[in-house]
Amino acid sequence: MNRFVQRWAVFLGLVLVWELLTWYAEDPFFPQPSEIVEAAHGLWFSGDVGDLFLTDTVFEHVLPSIGRLLGGWAAAAVLGVSLGVALGRSEKAAEYAGPLLTFMRSIPPPLLVPVFLLVFNVGTQMQVATIVFGVLWPIMLNSVDGARSVDATKFETSAVFRIPKIHWILGVVLPSAAPKIFAGLRVSLSLSLVLMVVSELVGTDNGIGSQLLVAQRQFDFPDMWAGIVLLGVLGYALNTVLLGFERKALAWQPKQERTPATVEEKS
Amino acid sequence: MTAMLEVADLGHTYQAKDGAHTAIADLSFTVGTGELVCVVGPSGCGKSTLLRTISGLIRPTRGEVSLHGNEVRGVPEDLAVVFQDYSRSLFPWLSVQKNVEFPLRRTLGRSQRRERAAEALEWVGLSGAGRKYPWQLSGGMQQRVAIARALAYRPALLLMDEPFASVDAQTRFELEDLLLKVRTEQDTTVLVVTHDIDESVYLGDRVLVLSTSPASVVADLKVDLPAERDQISTRESEAFVALRAEVARLLNVGKTSEEVKARRKENEQQAAKWAEAERAEVSRVEAEDRATT
Amino acid sequence: MINWEEALRVRALTRGLLGVAGFLVVWELFGRSGLVRSEFLPPPSVVAVELVKLLGDEAFLRDVIATVLALLIAVGLSAGIAVPLGLVLGSVASVRHATRAVVEFLRPIPSVAMIPLAIVVLGIGPETKITLAVYAAIWPILFNTIYALDELDPLLVETARAFGTGRARVLVSVALPSALPFVLTGIRLAATTSLVVVVSVELLEGGSGGLGEFIAIARSGAGRMDIVLAGTVVAGVIGYLLNEGLERAQRRWVGWSSVTGGRS
Repeated sequence: MNRFVQRWAVFLGLVLVWELLTWYAEDPFFPQPSEIVEAAHGLWFSGDVGDLFLTDTVFEHVLPSIGRLLGGWAAAAVLGVSLGVALGRSEKAAEYAGPLLTFMRSIPPPLLVPVFLLVFNVGTQMQVATIVFGVLWPIMLNSVDGARSVDATKFETSAVFRIPKIHWILGVVLPSAAPKIFAGLRVSLSLSLVLMVVSELVGTDNGIGSQLLVAQRQFDFPDMWAGIVLLGVLGYALNTVLLGFERKALAWQPKQERTPATVEEKS
Repeated sequence: MTAMLEVADLGHTYQAKDGAHTAIADLSFTVGTGELVCVVGPSGCGKSTLLRTISGLIRPTRGEVSLHGNEVRGVPEDLAVVFQDYSRSLFPWLSVQKNVEFPLRRTLGRSQRRERAAEALEWVGLSGAGRKYPWQLSGGMQQRVAIARALAYRPALLLMDEPFASVDAQTRFELEDLLLKVRTEQDTTVLVVTHDIDESVYLGDRVLVLSTSPASVVADLKVDLPAERDQISTRESEAFVALRAEVARLLNVGKTSEEVKARRKENEQQAAKWAEAERAEVSRVEAEDRATT
Repeated sequence: MINWEEALRVRALTRGLLGVAGFLVVWELFGRSGLVRSEFLPPPSVVAVELVKLLGDEAFLRDVIATVLALLIAVGLSAGIAVPLGLVLGSVASVRHATRAVVEFLRPIPSVAMIPLAIVVLGIGPETKITLAVYAAIWPILFNTIYALDELDPLLVETARAFGTGRARVLVSVALPSALPFVLTGIRLAATTSLVVVVSVELLEGGSGGLGEFIAIARSGAGRMDIVLAGTVVAGVIGYLLNEGLERAQRRWVGWSSVTGGRS
């Protein structure tokens, strides 16, 4: 509790210093935090009571952005986990697919934006395709690793009790692989956010990213800063929700075995 | 007494690129219904290969195994195994109760599964622990869960692979007595593979002594001890002491010739390699079984 | 007699190459089948020809160098900032706890979100992409360094202290070597991250050259998918070499450690 107070006191103190410095400097590029908060309020939270005070911008830009992000991520998760588990349980298939996967994962995902722009033109399809194709690989490779790690004794136990294939995959392989799969999901969630922004910065007129461009063209710096803060908050919130879910799903793990989250982080 | 398990002229050779290794050769024995037979042999002699051929995880290259008259091809319907490594054979994401229920999901409805699991947990003295996760229990208790899981499956034959080798001495005595108690109560046929001479004599109705690799049966000894056994008085009894000495002599414990020692050492060094080959073979056989069914 | 492990490795390699070949054949057939317009999916034979042409093209090579250079500078700078910072935060618990809220607030901000702002503030030169890449690359190195100090075996420290070693010396001669495997993992992740950011900036805002800009131009001008894909392949190769090179370095330099770190 003490630490908690201390932590937020430092945080507020730094915000205050930031406020004072920006107030003193009067640099248009760096608006005061209070101005950013005001801009955020004007942009998103000054709507009608019936809409929970949310503005039209929230419904037209913020929510569709989040929808594309979650949709793309979920599709990649389903695809990545099923393919990854299949490859992880078949040494032969993994050997055939290995180098191809390694190469696919090495492609910087934002470069897929031009590729999908040519195929789909500007729009939701292009954006979702970029997210799916970009975040598929970390999920898949982690699933392969996880599925491969089922130990020989569990395999023999399942064989001896003639566990049906469906129970073997869903009841033994998936839970064994779950810690690894979650690690992959976490990495890919923050990557989804990056790809969402990049795909919206390429001349679309919808989404949080495109709103950043609108603010840039109008030299409306408080709005831009508000957008950046919103994306940060969004990233934090998504990660927190996923972590909470992971903790629930992996509650069976003895505490000391938990996969450390920090080592795999990527932004 | 009818034979539950019949092993005839069994032999198995692993093929690898850099040579072949004969793990077992010309093994023949039977286990009668309701009997508890211990197989004892030096480490790395092919005991685990024997266990895997009986359970159908590996197809023997020679001879055959039959379970109540039917030749074993693939894992038989009514056979259960308790492995040495309880921490790996139990599923850490399932509660104790669900671990025991897991193999029953194929054949039984939910309420029947629950009843059977509760019953089996009671047999091994773990009635209260059903909701716990395996890692919350001590090693000995985890192995009890594995035994309960095997018993709940109602196997015609229960195979045990060095079941008590990973627990401390005190717990080991407890688990041995537990095994004797439940096999009498449930009238189960049991085959225990062990490298512990005392344990084989204490547990068994019969003791099969194996030679060093390639393993074959050196002796088939009947244990002439009263059915009711006790960790202290049984182990003190003359019959027990005489029997364990005989098994030890058959296994060449202590006064071993240099040649035998060298061969044993070589066997131990190779053991890891052949264990690897064995696991690979288990996976392969299993994959083939899946493909054909 | 052939070594058993060697034979397995050769088999895996053969299968992997067959997998790649199979993929290319399917793509080629698909691209030539007329099911999709060839502007959308030019077959690999066409892309390969384009790729060879590009590799002889000076302007393209200059773009590749611009990207790689920006990347290396970004990784170097972020390591220079994040490692010392990580050592401080990792060894002084009170500072770590105090700054935690700030760090938790800054870390999730995707650096690509700052591209529009950075372009206005810093202009369209290479400093923009380097700055943003540094912002993104700091986190994995920082967290791995802090984590490494958390993992530090207290026995090692006590042993060193027992021999009368001072606090600063303990940090340099005991903590740093034990943290090295983690730091290298962080740098490997940071390199991949930097590549993503550098390419994104190039893609979105021309002016500083680079592979991303090259691909953006190929798309927006003539809509040349073959050139876009050829450029993407080159970027994939860079990404692969980066990751593989750093993984090898890690294995060679700190092969004594059981830590290989998480995967990206």
